[in-house]
Amino acid sequence: MAKATNTEIIDLLGEKFGEQLFDVTEPYGLLTFSTTKDKVINVLSFLKENGKINFNFLTDLTAVHYPEKNQIAVVYHLHSMVSGIRVRLKVFLHENDAAIPTASTLWNAANWMERETYDFFGVKFEGHPDLRRILNMDDLGVHPMLKQYPLEDPNRVDKKDEYFGR
Amino acid sequence: MSEINIVDAPPGIEGSGFFATSLDKVIGLARSHSLWPLPFATSCCGIEFMATMGSHYDFGRFGAERLSFSPRQADLLMVMGTIAKKMGPVLKQVYLQMAEPRWVIAVGACASSGGIFDTYSVLQGIDEIIPVDVYVPGCPPRPEAILDGFGKIQELVKNESGRRRYSDQYKQMLASYGIE
Repeated sequence: MAKATNTEIIDLLGEKFGEQLFDVTEPYGLLTFSTTKDKVINVLSFLKENGKINFNFLTDLTAVHYPEKNQIAVVYHLHSMVSGIRVRLKVFLHENDAAIPTASTLWNAANWMERETYDFFGVKFEGHPDLRRILNMDDLGVHPMLKQYPLEDPNRVDKKDEYFGR
Repeated sequence: MSEINIVDAPPGIEGSGFFATSLDKVIGLARSHSLWPLPFATSCCGIEFMATMGSHYDFGRFGAERLSFSPRQADLLMVMGTIAKKMGPVLKQVYLQMAEPRWVIAVGACASSGGIFDTYSVLQGIDEIIPVDVYVPGCPPRPEAILDGFGKIQELVKNESGRRRYSDQYKQMLASYGIE
């Protein structure tokens, strides 16, 4: 079975979804495109179940916070075990309304990945069977990977170099 | 001459067939040379402690041969490694399950102060939740440093008054940690 090239994949998707996919790029040869949150489950299930490309493995599911655009992107990395090709799908959400349908209907692996994404970014996955924090303590009260939080408390004095003879 | 060092007897009154000293000193002498540590090892400092337990550094020669992995008979809690805030309640429970008298040693930068992990998820020093007797600096400390810290604990144990644990000051200190 010949590997499907990025061009073939995007042609196949273009036939099926047309204008619902946009921002198609190929950074470092990794085919990347975006869709909207209404269409994301359709696109993912097509990628998973289409016999030609067969992206049957969810490598990763995470989010990126873009504070300057007030956006949170949910990122899906898919891998085809059959032909060894990869693809990346992004969905941009507004940070005040970060909600997206769950992918755990397609991959059970998405369950914990989505819990982690909820834990760190506060993205709500609608229809998730058990959306609780997974890594942080339950009473943390914040989603620590959002970029409004500074890396270090600017008021600390106990880490100044003069205390360490530097 | 023999190479063996014998611990000096505590100050007291010696005569033919008897030796009189204070009870505190005898108890302290016995306790300090038979400490049973509970190693609470979470990271690299724990590995360093394993080297300390090995034949080269031989932690056992201080009477700490039996490491207790249960709070039941342990009297020295050795916290070695990063304590995440999520681990905090577990550490506190282990401390509470130990019987008095108990001592705590914080080994390494993480247990003492959070170390390099100035982060939302890491406890900035275990002294936020339990009282600490000795801090061992280093990242990670060499086995010699752990032995030195243990020696400091032994000095504390040896010189502790028998009434210390009943004093108001000690009770207040525990109360400040919310421990009854």
